[in-house]
Amino acid sequence: MSTLVTCKELTKSYGKNTALNRVSFEIESGHIIGLLGPNGSGKTTLIKLLNGLLTPTSGELYVKKLPVGIESKKIISYLPDQTYLNMNSTVQEVLDYFGAFYADFDKNRALEMLNSLQISPKDRLKSMSKGTKEKVQLILVMSRRAELYVLDEPIAGVDPAARDYILQTILTNYDPEASILLSTHLISDIETILDQVIFLKDGEICLQASVDDIRMQHQKSIDALFREVFKC
Amino acid sequence: MENTQTMKKPESEWHLTNDRPVFIQIMEKLKRDIVTGSYRPGDKLPSVRELAAEAAVNPNTMQRAFSELEREGLVYTKRTNGRFITEDLSMISQLKEQMALDAISQFLNSMQQLGFSGKETLALLKESLEEETA
Repeated sequence: MSTLVTCKELTKSYGKNTALNRVSFEIESGHIIGLLGPNGSGKTTLIKLLNGLLTPTSGELYVKKLPVGIESKKIISYLPDQTYLNMNSTVQEVLDYFGAFYADFDKNRALEMLNSLQISPKDRLKSMSKGTKEKVQLILVMSRRAELYVLDEPIAGVDPAARDYILQTILTNYDPEASILLSTHLISDIETILDQVIFLKDGEICLQASVDDIRMQHQKSIDALFREVFKC
Repeated sequence: MENTQTMKKPESEWHLTNDRPVFIQIMEKLKRDIVTGSYRPGDKLPSVRELAAEAAVNPNTMQRAFSELEREGLVYTKRTNGRFITEDLSMISQLKEQMALDAISQFLNSMQQLGFSGKETLALLKESLEEETA
């Protein structure tokens, strides 16, 4: 076990608005961590900082003791909340694109998953439904042999049956030494695969704990606790 | 009649709820499988990853359940060969008895909550059993 991510007093402001306020935490290898919080709590900001798409206003952020940059992007596989793929491409073309871009991309793994979800490599992205596009993107991201997977809302647009398959895929395919940080609102669907959660509230961490400890302490599910903590 | 002696019973299904620690539910499920003979003494358990995928839980959670079972002595590790169910039959029968007692105390509790005295409960129970066997 080693520390993958170290975050110290991390702050990000957009003008007068503070999206993240002095957030500190660590991510160890070998965990699946849920990043949970209501809309506008700073989840995507945090994820974008981790991936070097935003620069912090203040504070420190290290991935394996190195600042965020080319080296960190090599070991982080990122699923953004919005697509960046060219919708005119076929699945085969984006597979080649990913293969050329990332040294750790495992094309056979991707083809296998596409096959199980009955997606043909010949299909063009723009001809697909929203959910199918999301599946393709998640498959691309999970087919990298990364050390950290950062998934921003990975299952939101996907039907429950495919969701189960995707969760299975995540569980069977990730390296035991790798970690997954995923943000979602669909807590009850994924809480059995999580072993830790981080609750974000108004740009601050209000809880970071092991899920079974939470269940033991509060006698309720993470979903129920979330509804209680963030009651409107 | 089916030949139940030689046929291995299928393992019970995974029914995990989110409101109790998952590793405890996994332990309960595996214990059930042990006392009902789905896993027999000396059987090799699937790997943490295999079972975690089957139950759709985090491998760390499965690992925790295994470690706890190991601590209780129901499961043991053979260095690099994997994990096995204990061959200590008295331990398994003890576990079975304990689980029976737990089931009974649960039942008695709910009867009490419904307002039945011990005597009434016993009478009702007798009646039901006789009907079932009749």
